[in-house]
Amino acid sequence: MKEAYSAFMRALSGGKFVFTSEIEPKKTTKFDEIVRAANMLKNHVVACNVTDNPRAKAHLSSLVASYVIQRETGLETICQINVRDRNRLALTSDLLGASALGIRNVLVISGDHIAGGDNPGAMPVYDLDSTQFVQMVRGMVDNGTDLNGNPIDGEVRLHVGVVGNPNADPLEVEVCKVERKIRAGAEFIQTQVVFDVEKAKRFLKDLNLSVPVLIGIFPCKSHRIAEFIVSKIPCISVPKEYIDRLRSAECQGNATESRKRIDEVNVDYFSNLIKELKETTRTSGIHIMTIGYESIVGKIADVVLG
Amino acid sequence: MIITKSKPKEVVLRSVGDRKRVFIVGCGTCATLCQTGGEEQVEEMANLLRERSVGKVVVETPCDIRVLKRDLSPHLGMIESADAILALCCGAGAQAISELTGKIVIPGLDTLFLGETERIGRFYERCRACGDCIIYETGGICPIVRCAKGLLNGPCGGMANGKCEAGGYMRDCAWVLIYRRLKELGMTQRFMEIRAVRDRSRRAEPQELRFR
Repeated sequence: MKEAYSAFMRALSGGKFVFTSEIEPKKTTKFDEIVRAANMLKNHVVACNVTDNPRAKAHLSSLVASYVIQRETGLETICQINVRDRNRLALTSDLLGASALGIRNVLVISGDHIAGGDNPGAMPVYDLDSTQFVQMVRGMVDNGTDLNGNPIDGEVRLHVGVVGNPNADPLEVEVCKVERKIRAGAEFIQTQVVFDVEKAKRFLKDLNLSVPVLIGIFPCKSHRIAEFIVSKIPCISVPKEYIDRLRSAECQGNATESRKRIDEVNVDYFSNLIKELKETTRTSGIHIMTIGYESIVGKIADVVLG
Repeated sequence: MIITKSKPKEVVLRSVGDRKRVFIVGCGTCATLCQTGGEEQVEEMANLLRERSVGKVVVETPCDIRVLKRDLSPHLGMIESADAILALCCGAGAQAISELTGKIVIPGLDTLFLGETERIGRFYERCRACGDCIIYETGGICPIVRCAKGLLNGPCGGMANGKCEAGGYMRDCAWVLIYRRLKELGMTQRFMEIRAVRDRSRRAEPQELRFR
């Protein structure tokens, strides 16, 4: 077994059921918001992802944000790096920088299509795709060379993960692709968010697993957010029952009470989903997307871990 | 075929500006088939420019300098007296005209892509001239051009119900098409293979092909 460079990978290889979460840097020059979010998360998750220009919007660099979060809060990060915005030179530079700055986990993503972003006239790069990027990371970590075989001075200490989508239809194509990324050398999988436990179970069953999988969930702060997902992101299905429960919680009492009820709905819904996955599948952990709802992470994790 | 689209008339007129003598050149091949640079469109442009149009011709293949020379030769006097040439052909043709005549060329068309024609008015991009064709590995479907991200190991996470996130889930995901085609052909193993990183150096400088 290879040496684990990160607390995240040590926890996974130790067979611990882990939680990760996510912080999204915005279009800003300030660090206070990401540091605030990291401080809220740090006692409940082993590591947090730091997004890289999600929805093709140009935000504060994921690499810089990851470094600052680790330095300011001690929370380990999983730095997301997309292949949409960088060619192989820039990707190599960022990986060298990440390793040098003490970032130990990267999550490789294709990146949402540029047409839906805030600079739709930009040139999409895709010099490499995510599978090839995984191969590049492997070469840097395992052989100490860049993609073209040029030697690197110093060790590159990074773990590389990829994304899978249990909601994908047709699922067999998605499963083949994820298996391809595992063969390329991915060490862990974090999935797109799942609301329907059966979808997660089917994905885990179909996938010929050799690496840990963290199933993604997204507790919604309001029924409108859940409806937004349904209308805008057809690759995610949200059960009507969950949306109805959120809607009815919102109608109860004043703002404070209604927030409390929404928390209860989310804790109940997702802790049951997680417990079922924990008991019936070989899920290694849960990735909780929050988008400004960090307070829910500890509540769900506490219930699941007892 | 090279697919072209007419520039808006006001854009062409803006480029023509106050020039008094414009010679119009159409294309008898691709732009004729696209109905952007055939006899009819050249005539329309001449009517638009009225007395400022001093002559016109549809060249069989303006991108072929030999054919261009041949087809322009009966009009050399007019071309010589013109203060601009309006080119209703692709960018390759327009540059050949510029090179041959030494005149300022006004492009009347935008060159879009190498495409397949379903019928007139329905053209689909099918080749990006990448110089390294791999469609044997992908069931005859080119992911470079038909995947919105040009991925070689797709699909990406933007696929939903077999459709592509780019353009709002209207177009089929190329990688789902590839998977289904390979499966039909009994070549699923090809899908599972990791396709290697591409050598992009060919695109790093203007290309020439000289074999004689």
